[in-house]
Amino acid sequence: MVPLNWYIILSAVMFSIGMFGFLSRRNLVIMFICLELMLNAVNVSLVAFSHYLQSINGQILVFFVITVAAAEAAIGLAIIIAYYKNNPTIKVDEINILKG
Amino acid sequence: MTLQQIYFGYFATMMTIISLLVVSRKNPVHSVLWMLVLFVHMAGLYLFLNAEFLAAVQIIVYAGAIMVLFLFVIMLLNLRKEEKEFRLQKQWPVSAVTAVLFLVVLVSILGKITVLPELGEYSIDMINAQGSLMTIGNVLYTKYLLPFEIASVLLLVAIVGAVVLAKKRIE
Repeated sequence: MVPLNWYIILSAVMFSIGMFGFLSRRNLVIMFICLELMLNAVNVSLVAFSHYLQSINGQILVFFVITVAAAEAAIGLAIIIAYYKNNPTIKVDEINILKG
Repeated sequence: MTLQQIYFGYFATMMTIISLLVVSRKNPVHSVLWMLVLFVHMAGLYLFLNAEFLAAVQIIVYAGAIMVLFLFVIMLLNLRKEEKEFRLQKQWPVSAVTAVLFLVVLVSILGKITVLPELGEYSIDMINAQGSLMTIGNVLYTKYLLPFEIASVLLLVAIVGAVVLAKKRIE
């Protein structure tokens, strides 16, 4: 039998890797991919809890997380394209129009 | 070391390695393709946890829809020039330290979970007798009906928003 802690630690490791990528990469598209990575890490822990507590609520929550991830990806990528039409760059340290 | 632990060990190791590859590749297309491999591994782990429906959704929605969307956007943007430059921002050592500290805190807290609350009614035998899809459907369309409807409105907003944001301005 695999202990529940192993799943939680796997989830924490994946979340931290995604967090490092989100905080340090320059490419906006890869930052979005890291965001998906973090959401997936949380999904792993939710499914593991759902299995070990014999409750279905965790799986339902994962379903909603996937829905939100799909909506977020569609809107975020549309914003990237809309921005790219005006300023052809997606490096986050050069996206500084709002800076006074 | 039982067979289950070996199975989990394979998936955990591969998922960690692939996550590192996703974060570190210079070419965004390579990142997306590694992410697809990661999703297949996650679906395997979901099957291992008796979540067959979510394993299917993971492949269909994530790998089939969201990652294809990412690939299309990368194709629309011209990123040849940016691939030659340094891939990390200036503050990357700070973010590395932050992520490592965060991991240490998370593992030290969450790794010690021993006491669990009482078990729910959805045991493996019960889910197998009723069917995974049937069980989730029953809960989703009764107890979680309102969140389900809100999620559908959210998707509608996302569709409209994406079209409005990405369409050409008509003067």
